[in-house]
Amino acid sequence: MSSRGYASSRRTVSWLDKFVHLKWGLVLLVTVIATTGIAMQYSMAGGHFYPWAAPQLMRFAMGMFLLMVASLVDIRVWMALAYPAYVISFLLLIAVEVAGHVGLGAQRWIEIGPIQLQPSELMKISLVLALARYLHGLGVEDVSRPARLSVALILIVAPAVLVLKEPNLGTATILLADGFSLLFLAGLSWWWILPSTGALVAAVPVAWHFLHDYQKRRVLTFLNPQSDALGAGWNIGQAEIAMGSGGFGGKGFVQGTQSRLNFLPEKNTDFALSALGEEFGFVGCVVLLVLFAVVMSYGVRIAMASRSQFGRLVAIGITLNFFFYIMINAAMVMGLIPVVGIPMPLISYGGTAMLTVMFGFGLLMSVHVHRQVEIPRSPGGFL
Amino acid sequence: MPLFDSKDKSRYATFSRRTLMTAGTISTVLGALGVRMYQLQIVDGDKFRTKAQENSISARLLAPLRGRILDRFGTELATNRRNFRVLIIPEQALGGVESALDTVGRIILLTDRDRARILRDIGANKKFVPVTIAENLTWEEFARVNLHLPYLSGIQPDAGETRDYPFGDELSHVLGYVAAVSPRDKEDDSDPVLDLPGFRIGKRGIEKSYDTEVRGTAGVSRVEVNAYGRVIRELSRDAGSSGDDVWLTIDQELQKFVVQRLGDESVACAVMDVATGDVLALASTPGYDPNLFNVGITPQQWRGLLADDHRPLSDKALSGLYPPGSTFKPAVALSALEAGAITPQFGVFCSGSLALGNYVFHCWKRGGHGYVDLHRGIAASCDVFFYNVARRLGIDGIEAGAHKLGLGRLTQIEIPGERTGVIPGRAWKQATYGVPWLEGETLNTGIGQGYVLVTPLQLCTMAARIASGNEVSPRIVRVVGRNSEPRPELKRLQFSDAALAAVRSGMNAVTNDPGGTAFRFRIPNPGLEMAGKTGTAQVRKISKEEHLTGVKKNENLPWKLRDHALFISYAPVAAPRYACSIVLEHGAIGHPHVEMVRDILIYAQQRDPVKLAPAFPVSAASADGVRGA
Repeated sequence: MSSRGYASSRRTVSWLDKFVHLKWGLVLLVTVIATTGIAMQYSMAGGHFYPWAAPQLMRFAMGMFLLMVASLVDIRVWMALAYPAYVISFLLLIAVEVAGHVGLGAQRWIEIGPIQLQPSELMKISLVLALARYLHGLGVEDVSRPARLSVALILIVAPAVLVLKEPNLGTATILLADGFSLLFLAGLSWWWILPSTGALVAAVPVAWHFLHDYQKRRVLTFLNPQSDALGAGWNIGQAEIAMGSGGFGGKGFVQGTQSRLNFLPEKNTDFALSALGEEFGFVGCVVLLVLFAVVMSYGVRIAMASRSQFGRLVAIGITLNFFFYIMINAAMVMGLIPVVGIPMPLISYGGTAMLTVMFGFGLLMSVHVHRQVEIPRSPGGFL
Repeated sequence: MPLFDSKDKSRYATFSRRTLMTAGTISTVLGALGVRMYQLQIVDGDKFRTKAQENSISARLLAPLRGRILDRFGTELATNRRNFRVLIIPEQALGGVESALDTVGRIILLTDRDRARILRDIGANKKFVPVTIAENLTWEEFARVNLHLPYLSGIQPDAGETRDYPFGDELSHVLGYVAAVSPRDKEDDSDPVLDLPGFRIGKRGIEKSYDTEVRGTAGVSRVEVNAYGRVIRELSRDAGSSGDDVWLTIDQELQKFVVQRLGDESVACAVMDVATGDVLALASTPGYDPNLFNVGITPQQWRGLLADDHRPLSDKALSGLYPPGSTFKPAVALSALEAGAITPQFGVFCSGSLALGNYVFHCWKRGGHGYVDLHRGIAASCDVFFYNVARRLGIDGIEAGAHKLGLGRLTQIEIPGERTGVIPGRAWKQATYGVPWLEGETLNTGIGQGYVLVTPLQLCTMAARIASGNEVSPRIVRVVGRNSEPRPELKRLQFSDAALAAVRSGMNAVTNDPGGTAFRFRIPNPGLEMAGKTGTAQVRKISKEEHLTGVKKNENLPWKLRDHALFISYAPVAAPRYACSIVLEHGAIGHPHVEMVRDILIYAQQRDPVKLAPAFPVSAASADGVRGA
């Protein structure tokens, strides 16, 4: 049993040993994707490292450090920190609601000293950790018990409601998707899943009333982009033009016209994929999708290989969170869903998103490194 | 402790199963995204590429360099000069536009009116569009602005090109001027270059009639613009072509002499080459400085030009209509000789007046001229003689003869604004007044009064035709670009040589016989002698009271009511080369206008521009050039 003997609960393993056993393929992959993102930031500044590429590179470096640290920390420590992290994230969300900085018409940031925090980003990680910890203690049959399920639902819905109030429809959607996916993976009974899905579909008209005007407008614009070709429909139209004009092979690096010339709104943040599509074409986009798919396959394999339910759920939760980012952003940029403010992970410009994504990969790596660690259902003593 | 308890095993199995389902979902979604990419980038790629082009490529016009206008020897009459301008780019004015203007205002003069215009222009444009603060600065002012540039944020000095008329008011009515494009200019001209800010087009004179040729073709700069219209970089540049140069028949040296000789009077004067019709000098004084209109005339200057009773804005040489008075008599004489109404030997006795029915027609000489034949009739300008000639010839003969000499007809000179004048006739009177022609009117017409109206240029044409015997017409444009303007073949006048000789002999006597009306102002230089005919055009009706008490002398009248003084002439008498006409408004005191013509013709013959080789464009002279918009 020596091959799986390291990092078990019974032995103390050196930090160096852990470091050597990181999934270096995943690290390389993430680096490649992030480098692509930095290159796009460079291109959109017209071939300059400022104002975007250099800061993005800095953040990636910080993120990589965060990834390393997170991956070396024992999985049980993360489990112990799950609830406190959730509580802190939740309190920060409330703080944003109360004293948040108003930016881009939405309360999303909070300033702590020099750092601008987006608590909703932190909450994505915290929710995965907290839910994983909670579900770790439940058997398959327990998950579907109303009392147990209600606690899980409160864990999921409460922060989602706060985020929705910011208002940030995209992140709220991701929180709900992350949460419900974990419930599903933890074995929630189909008897719960199918009826509630039906109810959800039925509730769409009701939900419509609770949307903000700008959100409604985005949906309407999405359904009929020509209705407002120079207003709200402009975003989608320009994004499609930028991306579509890239064609098969793209216009070449730093040769994109639409994105660099500001026809493309939010070109370096939410719509970075359009810019990439314009300069690297269909080939570039598909390569990016494949890279993302490989990253996610790493996540799935790490989850499957973990011996603890906490590890499995954290790994798959992080992977799914990453996936939802990609899906929502790409679908939005390509005009498949209404415009919601979700960045493309590792590609879009933005500090909090980069750090949380990298931290998420750190947790994933920690699950991998500590895949042999067995954690009792009731952790009790060691916490 | 076992690795998996039974419960753990069951939830691992569930987890694995559902994870595989999730992975399948992820793959499906990624596949769907890939399909959408295929659709956007491969299927609709061309459509979006076209849209992207429209988005980002914008064509900017480059104003072509306006062609020059040159005189017959290549002297630049209208050209382009550096225009030192100062522009402001509002978004770059860090301390705000107001404070930037304050700072600039301490370096160059900015009036409140300027400031109001600048602020209006800034308000009408996007913040990155440069707005002109001041233009046509002197080098010194421009240098001062450049010196202070480090302290002037948002201020941009710029050297463009603008029209320049180096000879100012000497050629105002020939060249005309350029000015800003008005909405009416765009109605029948779709040239996109007209929309360029600050673009100027010809409004009068040659600048107007040859505007298309002189304007040139706009260049196109294809630039990449961003969503806000800001230019990012230039992709390609088609320089366009500068306008053609226009070469005139004018001799600027002679023109200058003429204008100076006319002085401050209100005068129209034309000098023509009798052989070709080339206009060597064409003046209407006072003129105006055409540069004013290009730079932007102030309201005071404009009101001043309008209020001047010497009418500087009117081109009297082409559009001034005057009764020709006695300068019409050679035309009447020629017509009568040609029609056979008189012979050169025809004579009458002038008693000072002629009675026709109840009317008495006076001769200008109260005591009469005694016996007068054709020669003396022209030389002494006897009215009674011409009453008789007119009566014999009849109005139809006068009308036909005057038309043959170019009167009552447009000369077709290439300058816009020319007027036809009036040579009255039976049909004309019926059409104009609805009443038939009266015989008394024929008599008045015979001495160039009544309805007859001519332009000074027509008078010059008439003099040239009499002198040459050819149907010459004035022309002022020789060459456009590199092509000489075609000239119609000269036809002989429909007057017999004998008739022409008789009239020329009379006109020679006007200046060179002691009995001639202009003998005192003859050209004494041997070989340069001129022939001519004087004339006076009444400005006011002579009142009945004056008929009884005697006509007031011009000297005793206010300037505005004095008669116009006219003179037509050609020289040298022996082999005419130059024809000249002059109309001195309200100048019939003594014969200053004859003196002017005498000096002009002496100068013209001594300089003799028609004998000098004219200049033609050389290929280097019309090298293309453009200036940026």
